[in-house]
Amino acid sequence: MGHILGVWIAAGLTLMIFSFLYKDNPFYKFAEHVYVGVSAAYACFYTWDYFLMPKLINPLSQHHWLVIIPGIFGLMMLTRWFPRIAWVSRWPISVSVGVGSGLAVVQGMQGLVIPQIKSTILPVMGSSVTFNNLITNLWSHPINNLIIIVGTIATIIYFYFSKEHKGIIGGTAKVGIIFIMVAFGASFGYTVMARISLLIGRISFLINDWLVPLFHSFTH
Amino acid sequence: MNIWEKLSKIDRRIIYLLLALVVIIPIVFKIPSTVAVSGPARMAFDAVDNLPPGTPIIFSTDFDPASMPELRPMMTAMLRHAFKKRLKVIMMGHWPTGIPLSTLILEEAAKEFEVEYGVDYVNIGYRPGAGAVMIQMGREIRNVFNVDIEGTPLDSLPMMKTIHNYSDIGLVACYEAGAMGDIWVQYAWGRFGVKIVMATTAVVTPECYPYLGAHQIEGLIGGMAGAAAYEKLVEHPDKAMIRMSSQAWAHILIIVFIIIGNIGYFMMRRMEKTKTKGA
Amino acid sequence: MKRQIPLLLTFLTGVAIIISFFIPHKPFNQVQDTLLDWFIIISGFALLLGIYSLLRKHIIHIQKKDAGWGYSLILNSFFVGVFIVGIISAVQFKGMSLTPGSSLYYVYDYMVIPLSATMFSLLAFFIASAAYRAFRARKLNATLLLIAAVVVMLGRVPIVDNAFFKFLGQFSDWFMLIPQMAAKRGILIGIALGSFAMSLRIILGIERTYLQ
Repeated sequence: MGHILGVWIAAGLTLMIFSFLYKDNPFYKFAEHVYVGVSAAYACFYTWDYFLMPKLINPLSQHHWLVIIPGIFGLMMLTRWFPRIAWVSRWPISVSVGVGSGLAVVQGMQGLVIPQIKSTILPVMGSSVTFNNLITNLWSHPINNLIIIVGTIATIIYFYFSKEHKGIIGGTAKVGIIFIMVAFGASFGYTVMARISLLIGRISFLINDWLVPLFHSFTH
Repeated sequence: MNIWEKLSKIDRRIIYLLLALVVIIPIVFKIPSTVAVSGPARMAFDAVDNLPPGTPIIFSTDFDPASMPELRPMMTAMLRHAFKKRLKVIMMGHWPTGIPLSTLILEEAAKEFEVEYGVDYVNIGYRPGAGAVMIQMGREIRNVFNVDIEGTPLDSLPMMKTIHNYSDIGLVACYEAGAMGDIWVQYAWGRFGVKIVMATTAVVTPECYPYLGAHQIEGLIGGMAGAAAYEKLVEHPDKAMIRMSSQAWAHILIIVFIIIGNIGYFMMRRMEKTKTKGA
Repeated sequence: MKRQIPLLLTFLTGVAIIISFFIPHKPFNQVQDTLLDWFIIISGFALLLGIYSLLRKHIIHIQKKDAGWGYSLILNSFFVGVFIVGIISAVQFKGMSLTPGSSLYYVYDYMVIPLSATMFSLLAFFIASAAYRAFRARKLNATLLLIAAVVVMLGRVPIVDNAFFKFLGQFSDWFMLIPQMAAKRGILIGIALGSFAMSLRIILGIERTYLQ
């Protein structure tokens, strides 16, 4: 019974949101505000369940007193609610920002820049980039490496705005923009795929989980 | 209004209606579809398939319910693959809104196989911190996950007795709807050299190709097409394969609309040029 | 003092994290683990800030009876309702309100999931309409973009199993792995270098916008 009621609630909310496609209306606005209210309340509980309990409350109950310091920092964060003492929240923000920046400095280099540059240093004669896979190697050709090198360098040069795009820099930037347009086209294609997939998911739910059982309940 | 003007100004609600029909009809009439297996999806399959039985594999839920239609079929297919290969599954996540979903997907897949919680699979849930969590897991998983999702200490779960950090893990399969995949590559691969397979929503997929090209990830499953490819490879057709027909026809419709819009636009421009020349 | 101490905290924490990468032994790795734990706890409190801001905005709407205040009342009512459900679930399941089978889990399953998924699925219609209205092959660049999009859409999701679509599938594989990947790599390197520069500026106190 609970499942049937739940499916009807879910289907009703889904149709209310889809009604926006005709035009903005009170049903859509109702569903939109329900979404925000329910999600906010849900967020409170996953904050409690998944981090406050295991990271703060449980250690305190086991007498690990060091966690009092971040607990106090967390409470200091809440002073943003009071404009007069909001400056106190800068302390926990600066700790968070400092940790995040420290991580980004090293990891960005180690995990992103160096491996990516290393993979761009490829031979333009001889064997092409391979992926240990028969299907991808069907198009294996030495020109692949040249395309990767030219494409990467041209794209980086396009985004270099400290020098005017004239002469060699301008020419390379024009090549870069061709590669960028090609990449954006691919991204657009994939974005269309993603959005359609989400729509298919909802339509599947409405048909298979709501309408088909409803139809069966009338015919049997 | 001449025909070219009409072609370039079709009411958006007609477009919405046609799109809805093109999605609904294949679902209702169960029109069969074709599934293409991409190279990166096959690489992801091979990465899991080449793991010896008993190897631990981490499934990281880094998505929320909005991405469910794409990522749920992928996760289900790979879980079936992992259970078939007798791999030890560790479910975790970095997006708290996805954890109840991944719990549901894990339990549904586990029911199809003779697997036991604590022996063949565990669910350690979510801890906030993303990169911080990944770094701490690299030293000792218990530093950040000392209990599972139901509060059971990890040390009391038989399969976790020999699993302490990434060197005990064969592969990380991260299911991404955002930028968490970048963080997995930067922190887990960059620092600890963990093998990673990414399963992403189609929006994020093009951004992950540089990692594939630099061999920072072992494979990439992109969007519902990738999910359908994986289902085909594990020989267990399910939701993704069934929905490919709707997906394909929707793509055709959008391409047709783009062509119609462009024809209308160029013909209108030509007519205006002719008018100004005539004047 | 109101700015100096936070700047000093940023510098010390940032430098401590960087040093611990190069000296991963005691006590530096312990300092890093402790700071990472603190980062996790503080970031959780930030969520509560956001929720408070949201509720406060809508309470003010209701008090002032602004246009659409009824919807603000609905939002706050549902927040309170689900909050009560969450408390009941927490009591039932000894603090773990999101255990499968709990009332809050029911709300998640039948309200959060469909609402969230449907909101995003609306984008499919909007992208179709936008593609029809705005996607014009006016110049070479736009035409290339269009061709790339069509190749990917047809190559990844073929309509029939024939030689043309097989070729298109292989071509889109190559296309994604070589030219598309090259451009994305260039963009990724640019972003990573920018992020590196920005992080250094923050640690050294040159960039202070986060203190606003």
